[in-house]
Amino acid sequence: MERKFIQGNEACSEGALYAGCRFYAGYPITPSSEIMEVMSVRLPKVGGVFIQMEDEIASVCAIVGASLGGLKSMTATSGPGFSLMQEGIGFACMAEVPCVIVNVMRSGPSTGYPTGPSQADMMQVRWGTHGDHPMIALTPSTVQEILTETVRAFNLAETYRTPVVLLYDEVIGHMREAITLPKEGELEVVDRARPNCPPEEYRPYDISKGEIPPLAAYGEGYRFHVTGLYHGEDGFPTGNTKLIEEANKRLLSKVEKNREKIWKNEDFYLDDAEIGIFAYGVSARSAKFAVKELRKKGIKVGLLKPLTIWPFPDKAVREMAEKVDTIIVPEMNLGQISLEVERAAGGRCDVRGIYRVDTEPIHPQQIMDAILSREELTLPTELAERDMTDG
Amino acid sequence: MAGEAAVKVPYREKRPFDYSQYIRKGKLPHIWCAGCGHGIVLKSLLRAIHASGLSKDEICMVSGIGCSSRTPGYVDFNTLHTLHGRAIAYATGVKLAKPNLKVFVATGDGDALAIGGNHFIHACRRNIDMVILVYNNYIYGMTSGQASPTTPQGMVATTSRYGHIDPPFDTCEMAKAAGATFVARGTAYHCQELEKIFYEAIHHKGTAVIDILDSCPTYYGRLNKMKSASEMMLKVEKDGTVPVAQAAKLPPEKLEGKKLRGILYRAERPEYCEEYFKLIERVHG
Amino acid sequence: MNEKETVKEVATKPPREKKKWNIVIYEELCKGCSICVDFCPTDVLTMKGDVVAVKALERCTGCQLCDLRCPDFAIQVFPE
Repeated sequence: MERKFIQGNEACSEGALYAGCRFYAGYPITPSSEIMEVMSVRLPKVGGVFIQMEDEIASVCAIVGASLGGLKSMTATSGPGFSLMQEGIGFACMAEVPCVIVNVMRSGPSTGYPTGPSQADMMQVRWGTHGDHPMIALTPSTVQEILTETVRAFNLAETYRTPVVLLYDEVIGHMREAITLPKEGELEVVDRARPNCPPEEYRPYDISKGEIPPLAAYGEGYRFHVTGLYHGEDGFPTGNTKLIEEANKRLLSKVEKNREKIWKNEDFYLDDAEIGIFAYGVSARSAKFAVKELRKKGIKVGLLKPLTIWPFPDKAVREMAEKVDTIIVPEMNLGQISLEVERAAGGRCDVRGIYRVDTEPIHPQQIMDAILSREELTLPTELAERDMTDG
Repeated sequence: MAGEAAVKVPYREKRPFDYSQYIRKGKLPHIWCAGCGHGIVLKSLLRAIHASGLSKDEICMVSGIGCSSRTPGYVDFNTLHTLHGRAIAYATGVKLAKPNLKVFVATGDGDALAIGGNHFIHACRRNIDMVILVYNNYIYGMTSGQASPTTPQGMVATTSRYGHIDPPFDTCEMAKAAGATFVARGTAYHCQELEKIFYEAIHHKGTAVIDILDSCPTYYGRLNKMKSASEMMLKVEKDGTVPVAQAAKLPPEKLEGKKLRGILYRAERPEYCEEYFKLIERVHG
Repeated sequence: MNEKETVKEVATKPPREKKKWNIVIYEELCKGCSICVDFCPTDVLTMKGDVVAVKALERCTGCQLCDLRCPDFAIQVFPE
């Protein structure tokens, strides 16, 4: 068992290589650049390709091109770069090309505070590209989890033929922890389904044998067409309104229908909890500490930590909402996920947020204080009326 | 890559070329307007590809958005129709993943030089092996006639009704300055010469850029009072250009306002993929 | 080969029969741009409504320019 004391961003690169990533295209941006630096050193050693592109738009396009060339591909960036990638992410959704995009969140909007952490890209990741589209996003909160979730991100991308976003904040991206490197074969590694029909029969979007059609690679005898336009099962553009509607619905449903398989949560003292906390990323670390401390005081608090944030863990939140009086949502933004929690809770309990946007992580004490004096908590919908100056 | 420079090119043959071997079944007629030169360019390319001996499986054609970018849908290769301006970035990924593919990029003046200008110059800088075909009709055809980065000054577009004041880019000068190692200009009118240029470009190792002057009678022609496609081909493509070999002998006044045609620049420089694969060999554990 | 020899050779050869050509027009593909008509060096073609038509096949030299410049894959010239 190999133990290693490494940084979150390095763990991401380890996970990618473990998952079989053989193509990286990227553009430098704080606080994600270590991922590309490590990949530039490691990829050629395993025969993989690293290329530093001219911008983030080119990066996301290049990884989709390489994925169509048959390589597992990834890029990494932060909020501003992720904004630039949005159109390309939509293309990957539409053309159903597996790839992994890492977003190490920093404070925004705009250049914001580049070295300051945040969790404010939750909605940009879900809905940043135009049009209805599927999205899978994973939210690790430890360095070990960054590694394992990176592997899972590739597996989900390959399984569902869709881009997957690995989403974490600057704190855990730059944090160093001792982790265990998985041995070969220890973690599951999934490769996309390849066609086994004769090339002349291959139809890249044929769903007659399953909702995720096999994907051929360019240059291997299957001469197929890929476009960002709505297309029929043969991949060629269509103006048929019925086909367009079916295709749009299928894009979403291939993820939604399989969400039970995509969801992954960690429960912590939830069984008898009267107060629930829903927290992800670095905020989940503070929440876990707060739960332990409050339990010592006899307060029945529990934590639900999602490792899959998109598709949103509606079921787990609903089950928690049935048990607890209040769900507390600490996050480093102004309520992006707490509104989702409120929607999923559906009025079964109170949902209150602890928001912090001063580029400092939410401290355990802040969560504990808030729970001990619940009046200070903010209802997500009250945000508009709140005096923001003393937040 | 199969095929040597000695292969007889089909334009010399007194028989029609069978395009159907490269055109996907049931995809014609294409979407291009009557008189649009894109079809002429495509046919020249297919003849050059045939002469080069490349098999269909060895070819990948990538495009962005615009009229020219519809080309890949018609041809029976590995084809990828992507985002506006981004064809070269996608093509870079494909080429590095499958270096044995001969990659063609079908792009237009707006796609390659405006929204995709950054990718264009950086591909040239890397000298990555691909043939970039810039179908240059001086206008945004797909969005109905707006001015492009190559629209000449004084000309009319739907966004320059009072005469275009922006200076245009010269695709070839830009490609050369950015580091492309094969730079040529052809026209749809000179379709056999264009075929030869394509043939040479296919055999070049590195970034090959071909500025292809071609007409958009629907918008550029109509807005600028050129009545037919043929008139545009004569005025812009035939009379507006001079073969590069002839240019040296002509007095400067005869060259005024003319564009040079033919292979304008050729150089040997390490190709990006080959350099990267050398690096892999060097550091491979 | 000098000029004299060339002349001699041509003179001794029997007169060659003029090669005949067959022009095939795919009307469903023709968009009527008239490029082929305008650039035919021997004025073989004409516009008939919205599509191209042959008006003087006997003048065809088989140069293929109509095919080469047709943007629509709509005309080809075959040797008879």
